[in-house]
Amino acid sequence: MDAAVTPRPCLIEVQGCRQAYHKEANADLVVLDDVNLTLREGEIVALLGRSGSGKSTLLRIVSGLLKPTAGSVTWRGVPVDGPTDGVAMVFQSFALFPWLTVQENVEIGLEARGVPRARREELAEAAIGMIGLGGFESAYPKELSGGMRQRVGLARALVVHPDLLLMDEPFSALDVLTAETLRTDLIDLWVEGKLPVKSVLMVTHNIEEAVLMCDRILVFSSNPGRVASELAVPFPHPRNRLDPAFRQMVDDIYALMTRRTPIGPKAAAAAAAHPMSTMLQRVGTNIMSGLMETLAAEPYNGRADLPALSASLQYEVDDLLPLGEMLQLLRFSVLEEGDIHLTDLGRSFVDADVDERKRIFAATLRQNVPLVNTIRQVLDERWNHRASAVRFRDELEDHMSPDYAEDTLRTVIAWGRYAEIFAYDEEAEQFSLEDIE
Amino acid sequence: MRANAIPSMAAGWRMPNLWDAAAFLCVIGALIAVGHVAGGTFAPIDAPGATEITLDPRNLPEYALRTTLRMFAALAASLLFTFTYGTAAAKSRRAALVLVPVLDVLQSVPILGFLTFTVVFFMSLFPGQVLGLELASIFAIFTSQAWNMAFSMYQSLKTVPADLNECANSFHLTGWQKFWRLEVPFAAPGLVWNTMMSMSGGWFFVVASEAVTVGDNSWKLPGIGSYVALALEQRDIGAVAWAILAMLLVILAYDQLLFRPLVAWSAKFRFETTAGATASDPWMLRLMRRTRLLKVIGSAIGDAAVFVGGMRLSFRRASAVTQKAPSKAVDMAWGGLLLVLLALAAWRVVVFASESLALADVREAVVLGLFTMARVVVLMVLASAFWVPVGVWLGLRPVWARRAQPVAQFLAAFPANLLFPVFVIFIVRFGLSPDIWLTPLMILGTQWYILFNVVAGAAAFPGDLKEVASNFRIGGWLWWRRVMIPGIFPYYVTGAITASGGSWNAAIVAEVASWGDTKLRAHGLGAYIADATDKGDMARVVLGVVVMSAFVVLFNRLLWRPMYAYAQRRLTLA
Repeated sequence: MDAAVTPRPCLIEVQGCRQAYHKEANADLVVLDDVNLTLREGEIVALLGRSGSGKSTLLRIVSGLLKPTAGSVTWRGVPVDGPTDGVAMVFQSFALFPWLTVQENVEIGLEARGVPRARREELAEAAIGMIGLGGFESAYPKELSGGMRQRVGLARALVVHPDLLLMDEPFSALDVLTAETLRTDLIDLWVEGKLPVKSVLMVTHNIEEAVLMCDRILVFSSNPGRVASELAVPFPHPRNRLDPAFRQMVDDIYALMTRRTPIGPKAAAAAAAHPMSTMLQRVGTNIMSGLMETLAAEPYNGRADLPALSASLQYEVDDLLPLGEMLQLLRFSVLEEGDIHLTDLGRSFVDADVDERKRIFAATLRQNVPLVNTIRQVLDERWNHRASAVRFRDELEDHMSPDYAEDTLRTVIAWGRYAEIFAYDEEAEQFSLEDIE
Repeated sequence: MRANAIPSMAAGWRMPNLWDAAAFLCVIGALIAVGHVAGGTFAPIDAPGATEITLDPRNLPEYALRTTLRMFAALAASLLFTFTYGTAAAKSRRAALVLVPVLDVLQSVPILGFLTFTVVFFMSLFPGQVLGLELASIFAIFTSQAWNMAFSMYQSLKTVPADLNECANSFHLTGWQKFWRLEVPFAAPGLVWNTMMSMSGGWFFVVASEAVTVGDNSWKLPGIGSYVALALEQRDIGAVAWAILAMLLVILAYDQLLFRPLVAWSAKFRFETTAGATASDPWMLRLMRRTRLLKVIGSAIGDAAVFVGGMRLSFRRASAVTQKAPSKAVDMAWGGLLLVLLALAAWRVVVFASESLALADVREAVVLGLFTMARVVVLMVLASAFWVPVGVWLGLRPVWARRAQPVAQFLAAFPANLLFPVFVIFIVRFGLSPDIWLTPLMILGTQWYILFNVVAGAAAFPGDLKEVASNFRIGGWLWWRRVMIPGIFPYYVTGAITASGGSWNAAIVAEVASWGDTKLRAHGLGAYIADATDKGDMARVVLGVVVMSAFVVLFNRLLWRPMYAYAQRRLTLA
């Protein structure tokens, strides 16, 4: 749409990008598949997606830190090979050197370029002043609060006057109020044209943050990571979170992100085909019970709008969606079009007492998570009723990445213990039937 | 506020303070002393006074200085080794395949047994010069210092946080800049601590390595070790006492002047994002920060370091990380090369062993090894039974813990072999069995590691758990079994590993002792190695050392490692 006037110069162009991690015996694990991205001067773009959708990987490919398995990346028309010069990055964990002062941390990028000391100090002072860190020059990172630390991270990136500023979930390690201040400060600088950058590319899993800050949002789907849809945000800055159009857009994105859930009919068929292909996310039984109780009670009465629920519980999408999906997997609730509602099974769970809850949970677990049945079967067949967890992990790894396999196994252990389907000995890494029935 | 701070600074600027004068004198004095000692190093070996020493206590300051300089020369070599070897092992996957296990074995080999041969080697490099002897002594010290420092570096480099690494790459730091700006600072706290530990280990070796006998020749390099050796030969208990006093002062001096400030300073490199409770600066660091001259020198060194570390040296341009499997062909070639080398080495060993050793020799060495092992085990049990309760008692009382900690560390740094004569006199006087009464010498120097680790563990024991214990009236044996011992176990294991390793090493020195013409021998592998060394019997020295290394490695693998892993997994309060 901004091509209507004169097309702005293109900074980064990613085409047919694919990132796969090599696995020994089996097929490669695909993290990113056929991703295209064009970034022009003068825009803030968000890569929005759940954790594990490969958006951080894409950011690292754009920055030149990582080389994609296939596809091309060009920076101002030149193929990228190694860290690009006009790019600076802000990290989720701040990544400040704890042994350098604020001033020295900010100067490090200049120092690497061999900028003379006097000039370095001058530039650093300007960046520190702009980002609101004045007076903290000689402080060490550990003396600062999280918000101040991320300001150092921002100043460090801005001081090299990059054409493109990359931000990897820059505000997700901060509390709500601090994050909001930093967002508005940054947007103010951008709108006033004081930010010494041409474009910003940020990774986030916070839908409101993306709608609040960005001109364009690329929504990622998971497994493998793909660009599911691309949205332009038409609102002028400063944006109002309470504006109905703003709310509508947030709702729409929630709907988009819940639409393709892993437990569609196709996924169910796949799960039936192989018990090891169902991925579980680490969601505890207490938090599941808690959410079901909340949903059952006033004001939701069994049905809630996800953005509203997320706001009232202070949960990020990344916390809420796995929870909803696991409840859906266990048939306790259903996700649809940005809403979550409790099923009859969910209601009966909420109404039950402790022992009854365990029985309901065990029944639905055995019915809907084939891995639990497989483990129990193996245990029943063995003369000593013991089985090593390693073999199940290996089998899971044939179908998913080691991290997912670990999460799935951990979740099955926690759920199986709660439902008293099997016991687990952490020390020996063995499942057993001790103290069961 | 600020205006008030400036005048006093400005006033001081015109008139150097008293501390400046003192510091200036110290610097000049140190330079003159070093120059004087260095002159002696290049003298021919038969020059008067080059390898002779007297028991006159007035010579002790010079001897102490020379011994200390040897220590620091070895320390410099160890640092160089650490930066190269440790870095190579951490950076190259293929190099690590060889370097890490080699380091692991070297850590357990009692190099002291090879002292005679290294002396011959270094003397042949510089025939007729003191330098050869000096280098041999420095090498012996080096072998007691380098391994754990290199290991610490390797482990730190392996655990550099990924985000800092990415940050360094994305801001285009060259390999050189990254090394000095990220990797060395990150490794610094561990490295400083290990350097301090190494220094303690080094004293033990310096005393043993200054007076050497090769065949019929014996030399005594001017130093505290030789002084003690001579005192033992001449049965001069007064001289022994002087030497102990000199040693105490030397250790106190470098501990206070060098390591206390260094440890406090290196705390700033500790990788933590929250400000923890900080201890007050040691007096030397305060002095350095407040004395203008020392401050100027300090910041000059700092600036130079920043300049050198900031140079944009680069061997190759930083490139993107590729997620590709490493080349199989190169791996195979590398593996093949290693196999060939291994086969060659094995063949050499077989040839060497079949020429000069019989199976009976191996059996003898193993049996003697079992004797020594029994000693180590008994000592560890006794030392634990004594020091764990003491350490817990001290650790739970913060005031006492603060007082006890430096004392225990100081005692660990003190070379216990200086105290051996006292024991020997005692044994000879009362006609005791050397098999039993020489044994405590092995743990004399190393038991302190148990003490100060337990004190640290008890001091770090969480307050809420202590409250739980008293709230539920958990007392007596139950309190030890369920509360305290699991709480301090990880710390205890750390200390016990160091203590047990040190005891094995000490066996070579501790199982044989002499007082004038009286020689005391205990049955054990240490005595076996010491005897073979005296006779110049290469084959038996090698056999003894190999068997001892095997014992140490097995001891570590079968006992300490599993215990440590268990402690880390189950008993660490996360």
